[in-house]
Amino acid sequence: MSRSMTGARMVIEALRDQGVDTVFGYPGGAVLPIYDEIFQQNDIKHVLVRHEQGAVHMAEGYARSTGKPGVVLVTSGPGATNAVTGLTDALLDSIPVVVLSGQVPTFLIGTDGFQEADTVGITRPCTKHNWLVKDTDDLSATIHKAFHVATSGRPGPVLVDIPKDVQFATGEYVGPKQIETPSYQPAKKGDLDAITRLVELLERAERPILYTGGGVINSGPGASQLLRELADATGFPLTSTLMGLGAYPASGKSWIGMLGMHGLYEANMAMHDCDLMIAVGARFDDRITGRVADFSPGSVKVQIDIDRSSINKVIHVDLPIVGDVGHVLEDLLKIWKSRGRKVNQAGLTKWWAQIEAWKSVKCLTYRNSEKVIKPQYALERLQALTAHRRDRYITTEVGQHQMWAAQFLHFEDPNRWMTSGGLGTMGYGLPASIGVQVAHPEALVVNVAGEASWLMNMQEMGTAVQFRAPVKQFILNNERLGMVRQWQQLLHGERYSQSWSESLPDFVKLAEAFGCKGRLVSDPADLDAAIQEMLDYDGPFILDVMVEKHENCFPMIPSGKPHNEMLLGESSTEGAITGSGAALV
Amino acid sequence: MAALNIQKGASSHSAYDLRDPNAQTIESHTLAVLVENEPGVLARVIGLFSGRGFNIDSLTVAEVDHLGHRSRITVVTRGTPAVIAQIIAQLGRIVPVHEVHDLTVEGPSVGRELGLYKVSSKGEKRVEALRIAEIFRANVVDSTLESFVFEITGTPEKLDAFADLMRPLGLSDLARTGVAALARGV
Repeated sequence: MSRSMTGARMVIEALRDQGVDTVFGYPGGAVLPIYDEIFQQNDIKHVLVRHEQGAVHMAEGYARSTGKPGVVLVTSGPGATNAVTGLTDALLDSIPVVVLSGQVPTFLIGTDGFQEADTVGITRPCTKHNWLVKDTDDLSATIHKAFHVATSGRPGPVLVDIPKDVQFATGEYVGPKQIETPSYQPAKKGDLDAITRLVELLERAERPILYTGGGVINSGPGASQLLRELADATGFPLTSTLMGLGAYPASGKSWIGMLGMHGLYEANMAMHDCDLMIAVGARFDDRITGRVADFSPGSVKVQIDIDRSSINKVIHVDLPIVGDVGHVLEDLLKIWKSRGRKVNQAGLTKWWAQIEAWKSVKCLTYRNSEKVIKPQYALERLQALTAHRRDRYITTEVGQHQMWAAQFLHFEDPNRWMTSGGLGTMGYGLPASIGVQVAHPEALVVNVAGEASWLMNMQEMGTAVQFRAPVKQFILNNERLGMVRQWQQLLHGERYSQSWSESLPDFVKLAEAFGCKGRLVSDPADLDAAIQEMLDYDGPFILDVMVEKHENCFPMIPSGKPHNEMLLGESSTEGAITGSGAALV
Repeated sequence: MAALNIQKGASSHSAYDLRDPNAQTIESHTLAVLVENEPGVLARVIGLFSGRGFNIDSLTVAEVDHLGHRSRITVVTRGTPAVIAQIIAQLGRIVPVHEVHDLTVEGPSVGRELGLYKVSSKGEKRVEALRIAEIFRANVVDSTLESFVFEITGTPEKLDAFADLMRPLGLSDLARTGVAALARGV
């Protein structure tokens, strides 16, 4: 059977062979042949976005919630440059995304042709790898390689730039099994001697902690299962980064909450005082470490990571283990069990007593109000009214609301929490929620948003309505850039430079304009009913929750401070924050 | 309300401070990077150095295996041991990179650089330039009545020394290739 076909047909064929069911994209001159092929088939659903940045975030939401790569199709020039923020976001959070971009025909490359941009040049630093395909015979193999690179090792975004003449020309198609990447061989299994040394360490540790990250989730559901087994069998306390929430259930007995700049007091104190830190798929981001020189000074540090360059990048670790989290945890459990499942029980008992003492500080305490909705209260109610839904998926925008969501919502499973962690991309949450909903049509998908972030990609409400994605937009509206305002209050002498959102739209009317439904709620007494209406509505819904305007997000490790110098809330900052600011609620 | 009492400079070693957290000895290392000779591979390597703030002291590149489409990039870089380790790990992560060798630590190696020196002078200075060139075993690859172009192959230090000597004798132009290096032995 002849496998000769046009480049455009090849793209569809390759996507089909890769098991792709959905593509997020936007047509344009340089991808018209591919769109013509999309028109003539029914296997692959195309979701028409309103802006290419939205397409990449949708693909990220799709990828994070399914574990499968998200696929994007954009045109040349502005289509590709609009995808750059999404690519960078996916790179920093290690999300497998495959972007296919059109390019001007090969004979026009370099002539400043209409809608020409040096796409591979522009996206080189924001992809794991990218390719410009100049020959139709190379196209299918390149797409298969792109999927392999995006999804294996440490996942990440890739881009394949396809000139228009390559799409029109005919070439030979090759299947996914026929490709080779000799220079790219990511490690899977960890070194057994190193794993055995880790077992020896965890048998003796008096104050161990498991510090887990997004790598556990990227490693697949099996890795989360093994992590649960390890934490539960050893009884070690476990904390997680923002990216790792859900790998271990919030209801599990080892769970001590998220760590980091806005992490829980008990988690950060345990990190600071532990004697054995086991980093599992986590990369010591600066939001985690605080002041590097004082980071967990007395601990032996072990890091399990598939990416060798993550090791010793920020924090020197004593025992690096390069390998896939799932494989390493499997070997670790095997060796630990074969040696008699030993832990230092006496030490652990004392350690947990200490952690319980830290927990009793109740660092998430806030002053509630009967007059105004506190953002923390809004999230507590959202949690209470949605906790029974195992198929609840949460996305967020970036800022205070994101941190409160991480603190007050509880995740029992991996792949249920989609947030822009590394890049901190405002405008991520709405499109991501659509990507999640497209992958899980029956699930409850809520985007916890701030009004400022939400406006950055609000055009995607049109996509939600068109594709009947019943995403719930839960906007905590403080009419401020809340996190910017918080930093200006705490660190810039209360000079609130440009952090007030003037001239905000009426979100209820906006919802109606898009053809969905909205509701404004400002009285705490009405909040439950408003949330319930949002949940019950059969379609996209914008809930505009008017919240306290000057609430600060605590706990907080101020810049340049170590873990044990956290600010616990308005009361703990009374020494530092004096004068009129003390009147803030 | 006063701002939080965070002293200036107290953020040393934090994410918001650009000072080097662990100032240690700066070492020079020669790295051999074997890559798939595909379009853009050099840009990836160079972009890695500029994007992450690493140094390049010299860089040479050429295809060394025409059938296998392999190129060899020799980079001389500087940094603390931790930075050098990070550079090697980051290079190893680039998809078309096959191998990275730190020739400085992996055992003895030889490194050679080629330099072309144009020296324009007359009379005594011209004679002196030629005499020193002989001491350095330089080849004369071009000559006019008022100039020479000398070619020297050697270590970067030797090339530096020759340039220093030629400067007062009329050195008017200089081109250097950067170091190419191989491990010694089998």
